[in-house]
Order: sequence, then structure tokens, then C-alpha cells
Amino acid sequence: MPEVLDVLIRIVAIVAVFLVLPLIVGQTEHKVMAHMQARLGPMYAGGFHGWAQLIADGVKFMQKEDVIPTAADRRVFALAPGVALVPYLLVLVVIPIGPGLIGADLDAGLFYVLAVMGIGVLGSIMAGWSSGNKYSVLGGMRSAAQLMSYELPLVLAASSVAMAAGTLSLPGIVEAWQWWWLPWQAIGGVVFFVAGLAELRRPPFDMPIAESELIMGPMTEYTGMRFALFMLAEYVGIVVLSALTAVLFLGGWHGPLLPGPVWMLIKVFALAFVVIWLRVSYPRLREDQLQKLAWMGLVPLALAQLALTGVVRVLLP
Amino acid sequence: MTERMVGIGAGAKELATEDMILNIGPQHPSTHGVLRLRLTLDGERISAAEPVIGYMHRGAEKLFEVRDYRQILVLANRHDWLSAFANELGVVLAVERMLGMEVPVRAVWARTLLAELNRVLNHLMFLGSYPLELGAITPVFYAFRERETIQAVMEEISGGRMHYMFNRVGGLKDDLPEGWLDRTSRAVADVRRRLPDIENLLLGNDIFRARTVGVGVLDRDTIMQYGVSGPIARASGVDFDLRRDEPYLAYGELPVKVITQSAGDCHARFLVLLEQVKVSLDLADACLDRLRELPPGPINQRLPKVLKVPEGHTYAWTESPLGINGYYLVSRGEKTPWRLKLRSASFNNIQVLREMLPGHLVADMVAILGSMFFVVGDIDK
Repeated sequence: MPEVLDVLIRIVAIVAVFLVLPLIVGQTEHKVMAHMQARLGPMYAGGFHGWAQLIADGVKFMQKEDVIPTAADRRVFALAPGVALVPYLLVLVVIPIGPGLIGADLDAGLFYVLAVMGIGVLGSIMAGWSSGNKYSVLGGMRSAAQLMSYELPLVLAASSVAMAAGTLSLPGIVEAWQWWWLPWQAIGGVVFFVAGLAELRRPPFDMPIAESELIMGPMTEYTGMRFALFMLAEYVGIVVLSALTAVLFLGGWHGPLLPGPVWMLIKVFALAFVVIWLRVSYPRLREDQLQKLAWMGLVPLALAQLALTGVVRVLLP
Repeated sequence: MTERMVGIGAGAKELATEDMILNIGPQHPSTHGVLRLRLTLDGERISAAEPVIGYMHRGAEKLFEVRDYRQILVLANRHDWLSAFANELGVVLAVERMLGMEVPVRAVWARTLLAELNRVLNHLMFLGSYPLELGAITPVFYAFRERETIQAVMEEISGGRMHYMFNRVGGLKDDLPEGWLDRTSRAVADVRRRLPDIENLLLGNDIFRARTVGVGVLDRDTIMQYGVSGPIARASGVDFDLRRDEPYLAYGELPVKVITQSAGDCHARFLVLLEQVKVSLDLADACLDRLRELPPGPINQRLPKVLKVPEGHTYAWTESPLGINGYYLVSRGEKTPWRLKLRSASFNNIQVLREMLPGHLVADMVAILGSMFFVVGDIDK
């Protein structure tokens, strides 16, 4: 019985994190962007500085009509938002917040995370193909092209940390982490974060969505809850990417004075802030320019990091 | 009858491919209204582009023929909604020339000032909306903050925020309000001080350069053939600006600096428009100084109740913010024009897209379209 209870508590905790953190990140994005752009952002919903804006948005989405275009491939169309969202939930299960605070400690946690995260992109490709809309198709193709280019640097950068720690388990990596890994793994950290941004299709890598070119890319034909699920997937994605970067490269719960989980949250939100900051300050790259960045910039850098990690591991056993 | 190749599995040399026809517009976020582009796409590469215009045709020229000269201004100021004051100007200049009317000095300088402020407003719109098309969402807010600053003084004088309706045949509607010159000076200084916010966010940015440098190059010959004018022509090294080369209003007495670039790409067009804002702010300052020195006097002419223009014809052209606006006025001595032909800048500027777009990617299409800086109303009239 205590085991069942334990599992139940963990599941509830993860679902709570899954639902709450993205909302906080979303609200932060509203406010941070607004203040960077000389405006106020939401101010009315909920009273205090528009704190309930995203809840109001959610209610609005729920009330909307669920439209499926006649030309759409109905099954795939309906399935796509789920495919986009669920992988991130599954990834959250294995991310450690503090010592012992983890949904499930997998031995091959890192491998699992990278494999599952890749599935999320399929949701966007499915949406693109099934919508029966030319802009969606172009967006889906761009998603697919993007998938090809960033997945490799992402995996290479992550494997460098695994090599350094000598384990694929995420809590194992955090436990092995020392402060001097910061400079040592810095290049890998940047490559991982940038490639992760491309995976999330966040600016400056939001070409699949590119509202000035493709209206909304794969999401053009979506309304109501299905659209809301895509948006939720984007923000859970930010949380997952920030958490993974924190766990792999910034030492997870390590930090002076404050308790571990607090440090983890601070790191996650700091990285989420960077994600928002980039959106405010950068124009969008072009699809072929992203390919160039990935193959001529990120992949060589990630390989260099791997070599550096290897050399240091051999010299300092 | 389309010929279709059938591929045999992934290893086949000839996979079945077909060009996709993509309609950009008439409803599309980057067409600023209802321009329609019919693109033939091979993957994401554009193999043919055809601008389809006319969705916003309002028959302005025909309507001119049944309106008297005071009413025409209302119509004339609307076709290009970003440069309303500059549009009014062309009509009144043509009418005044036909009447042989001398406009009071203060009106001439005030018109010059307002025309330059209008140019700043117009160009700020571009400085905000163009980055937005490239995916940079912040500059538009800065640009609108500056627009708001200048619109405040324009609104104070005319009551309008877009369609000022402040020109009259023979001068301006009203005299300038007390203290308005100082408030305008302050607004100009504020905009000049904060303009670097937009500049710094974009000019040094690698992604902005990657998206604009070498994209959509327009050469001198094409410009000459299509009659492209204004900032777009000057970005390709066409050193022509009516304010300097055929001065109207008070431009003859002002040191008009003409900004040109030689590259002719999207980046050059952005630079020209950015620099023109600074030049216009300087010109506005010069006008303000002059207006302060001028002795008090009338700002318009008394007009007869029924304004009839003597028989004849004239062609007035002005350097409108988007390019050259021409007004060919033919009168038969009636109170309405017999014909008023409007040569609007965007109409000519947009035709060249057919030559520019093929060979570029869809993403470049947006970068080029934005950099051509057109107003759909100005195309369709």
C-alpha cells in the first residue's frame, strides 16, 4: 500500500508541476516582454497586475468552437496536439528537482529524455500535414527540416556531460557535478541550449510558425482547446529545456545557503527568462540559415566539447 | 493538361514533384492590407510571382471629377494613409499654380514643417513594421512610442491623427496655436534622442544582417524601367529627390541632404529610411527656427465662395514619403476638375516585385515585400 501511495503522490506532484510552471513562465513572458517593450502587459484579469490573464485565456479557449477543416485528415489532425504535448510530460517524470525528489530514477535517464523529446516535434509535423492548408504544409516541412539539423548537436552536447559524469542517470550526473564543470562544459551548455531553442521553435528559430510568412505554420487551422494544447506544449517545452540545461550543465540543485529544490527553481526560471529575452531582442533566422548554423557552428562546437571532455577525463581520472 | 512524372520508390531518380501555387493575400499578415501575390513555389523557392492589385480600388480619380476643390482634399489625403499631409500638398500645389495664387510665407514654412513631420511619422511606421516582418517584435513598440510623440503635436494643430485635412487652397486651415512651436521642438528632440533605441536593436544584429544583406537586390536599370522612386530608388544609388532637384514649398532655402546607398538590397533600403528620419528631424528643426523668426501675418488666403480654376492643365509632383507623387490637373474652368490624374508612388514601386521575387525563398519574400515599403491604398487608389 505505501508503494502505491508513493507513486500516487509523485504523479500528482508531476502533474501539478506540469500545469503550474508553464503558466508561471507564460505570465512571466507577458510581463517581461511588456516591460522590455515600453508597455505594461496584462493589468486587469484577477486584479493584481493581471495575474489571472492566462487562466482567463484558458477559459476563453475552452469556450471556443472546435473547428476541423473539411480538407483535414481528421484523425491525425485531432491527435497532433496530444503528440506535441505528452512527450514533455513524460520528460518531466525523470527530471530531478532535489536529492531524491524525482518522479522515477531511470538508469538511462538522459537517453530516455533525448529520445522522448524528439517525439514532440512529430506533433507539429503531423499538424502541418493533416491540416489541408498550404501554409501548414510549409510550416510542417520547416519543422521537419529543423528537426534534422538540431537533434545532432543536442545529443552530442548532452553526451559530453554523460561522459564527464560517467553515467546516463540524471540524478547521477547532478551528484557528480563539481563547480569547475561550469567553465569545462560551457561550450556544450551553450550548444545544448541553442539547439533546444530550435527544438522548441522559439524565436529566433520560430520559422515553422513565422506569423509574418506562414500565418501560424502548422497551427494555422487550430482553434479552441487544441490550439491551447499547442501553446501549453510550447511553455512546458521551455520549462523542460530550462530544467534539463540546469540539470546537465548548471549543477541542478547544487548551490550555497538555500535548499536544493529552491536552487533548481531559480536556475530554471533564470534560463526561462533568457528564453523570453531572446524572443524580445532577435529577429527570426531563415530556415537555411539555421541549417548552416547547426552544421557549421553547433556540430563542430559540440564535437570540440566532446574532445575537450575526453582529454580532461583522461588527464584527471 | 499537366504532365506528371511518376516516381518509383525512394531510390528513383525522378520523384514526382509539382509546383505549388501559393496565394499570399489578399488576407495575409505581411501584405499590410489587401495586396495579393500569386506565387509559384518549387519547395520554398519562388519560381514566379505575380502581384494582383485592385482589391482596394476606391475610384479616387473618378470621384475627384465630381467634387469641388475643397472636397478633393479629403479624398486625396486618403489613398496613402501614412502620408496624409503630403498627399493634400500635391493637390493644393497644383490648384494654387493654376490659380496663380501666392501663398503667405508663414503658410509655406508651416507646410514644409508639417510635411517633414509627416515624413518622420511615415518612416517610423516602416522602422517598426519591417523588423516585425523579420520576426523582431520589439522595435514596433519603440516606433509607435515615437509616432505617438509626434502625433500629439499633429493632433493638437489639426485635430486629426492620420488624416489631418489641414491644407487649404491658399494656405493652412488655422494659424499655429500659442506655444505649439516649442512643444514641437521638444517632440522632435525627444524622437531624435530615442531613435537609437530602434537603431541599436537592429543594425548590429547578425540575424538582421543575415536576413537583409544581399537579399532582394534591385539594380538601377530596373528602377529606371519601372519608374521606381523615393527611398527605394535612392537605396540603389539613384540620386534623385524632388526636394533638392526641383524644390517646392520652402525646400529651396533648406539644406536638403539626400541619402543614398549603393547596394540596393533590403538592408540598404532600411538604412535609407532610417537616415531619412534623421534628415527630416533636422529639416523640421530648421523650419521651426525659421517660423519663430517670421513676423506675424496671415496663414491662408481668402477664397471666393465658389472656387473655379481657370481653363488649362498643370502637372505638380512632390517627394512624398513613399516616393514621387504626381498630380496632373486638367480644368475646363469649372468648379470641379475635368480630370485629376494621380501618379502614386507605391503603384510603380510594387510592379517591380515581379522581377525581384523569383529565385528567392518564401522567407525572403516577406523581407523584400516589407522593404519595398508600400501602402495598399496608394497602389489601388
